[in-house]
Amino acid sequence: MRTPINEAREAPEEEMISAEVSKRTIVVPGEIIVEGDDYLPGEGARREGEKVVASRFGLGEIAGRVVKVIPMSGAYVPRRNNVVLGRVTDITFNGWLLDLDCPGSGFLPIAESPRFINQHEMDQFLAIGDIAAVKIWSIKGRGIDLTLKGKGLGKLEGGFIFRINASRVPRIIGREGSMINLIKDNTHCQITVGQNGWVWISGESTKDELRARKAVEYIANNVQITGLTDHMEEWFTKN
Amino acid sequence: MDISNLTRDYLHKLFKEGQRFDGRGLLDLKDVSIEYGVSNKAEGSARVKIGKTEVIAGVKIDVGTPYPDSLDSGNLVVSGDLLPLASPRFEMGPPGFGGIEVPRLIDRLLRESGFIDFEGLCIKEGEKVWTLYVDVYPINDDGALIDAASLACVAALRHATLPELTEDQKVNRESKGKKKVPLNESMLPLSFTFFKLGDSLLLHPTREEEEACEAKITFGASKWEGTLMINSCQKGWETTFSRADIETMMDTIPEKYEELSKKLNKLLK
Amino acid sequence: MVLKRVSGRKATEMRPMIAKVGVVPNADGSAIFAFGNSIAIAAVYGPRQLHPQHMQDPSTGILRVTYDLLSFSVSDRKKPGPSRRSQEISKVIEWSLLPVLDLKEFPNTVVDVQVYIPQADASTRVAAINAASMALAHAGLPMKDLVTAVSVGKLDKDLVVDVDKDEEDFEGGEGPTDFPMAKIAQSEAFTLLQLDGKIPPESVKKALAMGSDACNEVYEVQKKALKEFV
Repeated sequence: MRTPINEAREAPEEEMISAEVSKRTIVVPGEIIVEGDDYLPGEGARREGEKVVASRFGLGEIAGRVVKVIPMSGAYVPRRNNVVLGRVTDITFNGWLLDLDCPGSGFLPIAESPRFINQHEMDQFLAIGDIAAVKIWSIKGRGIDLTLKGKGLGKLEGGFIFRINASRVPRIIGREGSMINLIKDNTHCQITVGQNGWVWISGESTKDELRARKAVEYIANNVQITGLTDHMEEWFTKN
Repeated sequence: MDISNLTRDYLHKLFKEGQRFDGRGLLDLKDVSIEYGVSNKAEGSARVKIGKTEVIAGVKIDVGTPYPDSLDSGNLVVSGDLLPLASPRFEMGPPGFGGIEVPRLIDRLLRESGFIDFEGLCIKEGEKVWTLYVDVYPINDDGALIDAASLACVAALRHATLPELTEDQKVNRESKGKKKVPLNESMLPLSFTFFKLGDSLLLHPTREEEEACEAKITFGASKWEGTLMINSCQKGWETTFSRADIETMMDTIPEKYEELSKKLNKLLK
Repeated sequence: MVLKRVSGRKATEMRPMIAKVGVVPNADGSAIFAFGNSIAIAAVYGPRQLHPQHMQDPSTGILRVTYDLLSFSVSDRKKPGPSRRSQEISKVIEWSLLPVLDLKEFPNTVVDVQVYIPQADASTRVAAINAASMALAHAGLPMKDLVTAVSVGKLDKDLVVDVDKDEEDFEGGEGPTDFPMAKIAQSEAFTLLQLDGKIPPESVKKALAMGSDACNEVYEVQKKALKEFV
């Protein structure tokens, strides 16, 4: 089951695979990544005179002129346009409150549901404890505004969810969805990966579902392997 | 995030099929490891890992006075805290119920089993006895915390030596004593906490499994003159266990006790 | 007179250091750091929701540090629960880490740093800072640099680096002086400075220089541990 491209695409700055990458090495905060006026500090990097320095711990990457630090660990930080999995914690008169496993409560207004929902049947659509794939459309103050309108969004039914480190999500999806499609093709499972690290799997048999989870966790624990997609093709023949 | 409806339903179904995410059987134990002497200022200490759950325990020993109703016996105080270090679910501040329950369960397990030779802790009847302070702290909670914590306390006690008294009858903290804490080693108290989801019973759950479960029950077991005895029991959480459940547990504990104690006797000194 | 440390170490010689990252799988970041027998284990959770709401700061995330000794970490058992000493040390550790952190992009949140000492042999607060600094980096937080810390001591007139318990309890002459310090790793900007004892001003200057060099050694150890993380 192929994923529509715009459902699977990661937020562009998280793409971990790039044709022009000339150097990748683990850096600690404050460490010099490269020296030279030509370089542009991107996410996780800053300029200090001649030097481009890491502003966080992670994989320092030089791609052409852009220098950034890709996270390898840490809590999920919500970003606009991220698709995340959230758990309903409360129902108010005009919407649902969701726990997105990050600071700030997610709020899904009744107006942002994909079809008309009557105020009296809100809990029939989404009850407390239910999971939905939602998109963050704005972050302000203490609240995160969500929508269910869009491809790949909606209430999730059946299957199970589990957590991986949010920084590993881009590798699970892969360039233009290549990795996630590989997993889906090999396990015949529906899989939705939230940028917050929560993953939903639902398949035709328990065996397929457990295998899909194993694959996701294996990738998440082995992001340092180069040629990971090829490696996983082989993995599927052995597992 | 708290457990979702769909994952709980899935686990319900998965357990009914006798399966778990990590491939174990429902009553299979996780890998257990024990390391001794993890804190050199303690009179005895140990680190236990059950899967990814990690707990450390230490024994400090001091001179104390006996209780009026047991003038020839030493004392035991079990305490500790659910350090917020070990889980996003543990809160800062005064101990929540979990922080109170764990040491109390371990205290009962140790006392009822007869593992500690309290009379052997007497220095001078009616006046001076040794008091054992056992403190237990989780470092990472991935389920089965009570079982890991009680094992850590038992291991720390087995590692512990009594301090020596100086000439003026004060505790000598400068050097380690040579006499071990008097224990009835053959008794080896172990705890087994069963968790229930729907009709399925589990041992050694991961945190994910534990969060889906609806009831738990902890049994303390040890050997009395070669026979396995149940020493303590505490049921927790909000739903019920049937008689059939308890019967299954009574059939399961003896084999799990043998399995775990064999494992330990390789690891325990 | 030649300085004789009980451990046999030279004046500028530190105890063997241990550093490892990722020791608490549940945490967003975690690390262990030891100076010889003084071990600190730190876990970072955050940025995460801060309760109660009135403690939230709408302009920035806040840093909250909890430091404590485990009961059996010291010779005379410490009763469980925070003491005045641990509360003070928690605060100075917080102040020692804040200058490298930028939490403005996480308003209304808290970054919790939990650091505990399972085995104490003096210099615990500086071991704690070293562990916390690695744990914060591991948690992926925006940081200018790491923070490195060490204790400088004085035994009678002699300055020594990395004080152990025997040296903390030193008797004779001018007595012991304990001077724990922390700095932003690649600078001479100090973020922790505390002192107990008797030390002439010229020796304070020398102690800072010795401490700074020792901190640079700590930095190499921290970097190595972080780079070994997978």
